Amino acid sequence: MKLLTHNLLSSKSLKGVKVGYPLRIVAKDVKISECEFNKEFVKKIIPKLDWKVFVNAAVEIGQTSDLSDELIEDYEDDDDYLKKVHHLLMEVEIINGELICPETDRVFPISAGIPNLLLNENEVS
Amino acid sequence: MKRFQYLLWFAHEHVSFRLHEIEAIASVLKIPIKWIEPPSDKPWYLVELPSEEAVQKLSARSVTMRRAIHLWADEPTVPRLHASLKEKCLNGLLEPYKLKSFKVDVDLFCNSQTQEEKLERIESFSYMPFQGHVDLKNPDVTFQYIEYYGLDPKIVPANPTRTFFGRVVSESGRPLIHELSLKKRTFIGNTSMDPQLSLLMANLGKVSNGDLVLDPFVGSGSLLVAAAKFGGHVIGTDIDFLMLHGRTRPTRKQTRHIARKDESIEANMVQYSCVDKYIDVIVADSALPFWRSDVEFDCILADPPYGIREPTERIGSKESLPIIKKEGSPVHFPSKIEYGLNEIIKDLMWFSSKHLKLHGRLLFWVPVFRQDYNDAQMARHSCFKLIGNCEQVLTTFTARRLLVYEKIKMPQDTDECSSAIPAASTFREKYFTHGDENRLTRKQKKAEAAKNKEIWFAKLNNVNVK
Repeated sequence: MKLLTHNLLSSKSLKGVKVGYPLRIVAKDVKISECEFNKEFVKKIIPKLDWKVFVNAAVEIGQTSDLSDELIEDYEDDDDYLKKVHHLLMEVEIINGELICPETDRVFPISAGIPNLLLNENEVS
Repeated sequence: MKRFQYLLWFAHEHVSFRLHEIEAIASVLKIPIKWIEPPSDKPWYLVELPSEEAVQKLSARSVTMRRAIHLWADEPTVPRLHASLKEKCLNGLLEPYKLKSFKVDVDLFCNSQTQEEKLERIESFSYMPFQGHVDLKNPDVTFQYIEYYGLDPKIVPANPTRTFFGRVVSESGRPLIHELSLKKRTFIGNTSMDPQLSLLMANLGKVSNGDLVLDPFVGSGSLLVAAAKFGGHVIGTDIDFLMLHGRTRPTRKQTRHIARKDESIEANMVQYSCVDKYIDVIVADSALPFWRSDVEFDCILADPPYGIREPTERIGSKESLPIIKKEGSPVHFPSKIEYGLNEIIKDLMWFSSKHLKLHGRLLFWVPVFRQDYNDAQMARHSCFKLIGNCEQVLTTFTARRLLVYEKIKMPQDTDECSSAIPAASTFREKYFTHGDENRLTRKQKKAEAAKNKEIWFAKLNNVNVK
């Protein structure tokens, strides 16, 4: 699971959960794999991100970067900046680990890079 | 501005998808098309386009087109075509290509030719002042000659009703169909979508570079492969844990006894060198909201389960207070309940009304019983406009339709959604009973025919004896 996916997921389908965002991450195996930089994509995806959640998630799984809590204004022309974002979004992958609901502590396992958000029949609201 | 006339020459399949595809690609690439002839079911479009580069870009993405041709002559009969070409050659039409290596391709639509006849046809152009040599494998320039004999294979006229000649400007994206062939794909499932239709969906969905594309019923990821090939960055979700982990029963008959190994959607992306466009797949129930509430996708593609080869299910229990038993396996497989096709579709439309960008496209397939089909039954939602509704015939009785919607407004509390596909609840039932009936009548017919044959032979013998 990539950090981009983490940024988009919530646990709000759980019974009684209001926001369910952001999910906490426990990363057991992290893989870094190179992937071609697509400037167009990164430029288009940044406005779709919850930026603070993204930066915090990177720290949470031990990826150091000098990205600050605030998104810089003129990122569209800053190739170095976009490349850093690209690296954290697309090249860092959690192979095994857990996503944890911030309200109920329900654990969603990540195995073979695939998060499992299936609920049990008694958890569906 | 100088514009040129082009003939877009099509493969004669998926005819109802053709116009939608060309319009969608032209819109993505911002290419203005001027129709010289109103688009019809005939296997060509006659258009004016701004430049040769525009034609190349347009055809490179199309999977319904064969090739794009710069039109040199367009006449109702063969002699007139030759007369027209002769005159144009005298005026120097061929000058820029005179010394180049070349070949001439001949297509007969709704008729056939032997190799000799084909050579004869090619020879009939020998008045053209070519000086370059013929090169069949790698020519500098290719010419296309087309004879059109109408659309009805039962009534083929003696002479073509229309003839074209021109220079091939570019080939289409059809080689991608073979590149993505399911036969050689690492990971396939029982209901993997055929590559041509997947590519068509990506085109009709206007997928373009840097888009975020979602398939909420991803299965083995056929739609993701196609979307990624056209520049989309793809995410898929599916309720089937074993499918996404490549651990379902093998699909290929020859290797059915060997368990799947290293098969996954990601492996397919690697195989087709578009893993850079692969984001993730997630095991989740699309009937439940699990996306951050303000996520927006650029395009949503889906082939929902019909309940024939894949079950229509969501998580739930028939009990009012379900109890989870402790199981040996570390993964709990929740119990599932029936999830009707109309419900699936309505949920998909509600979901898309919130999570698709404005003017983004939503595409999905629905199964229909052909004799019951009625346009009015197809799904509607006040946020969406139905752009296309294309039929792919499956059997005499059944077909599936690709519905293409565009989001025309942001969601409001007063939005309405309906889907009343009549066959949906009973499609499975009808699908099988019709099949049975069919098989039964076929059996009876066969028996009757055999009996008749016997009687006939008996009579014949009688006559012979007398």
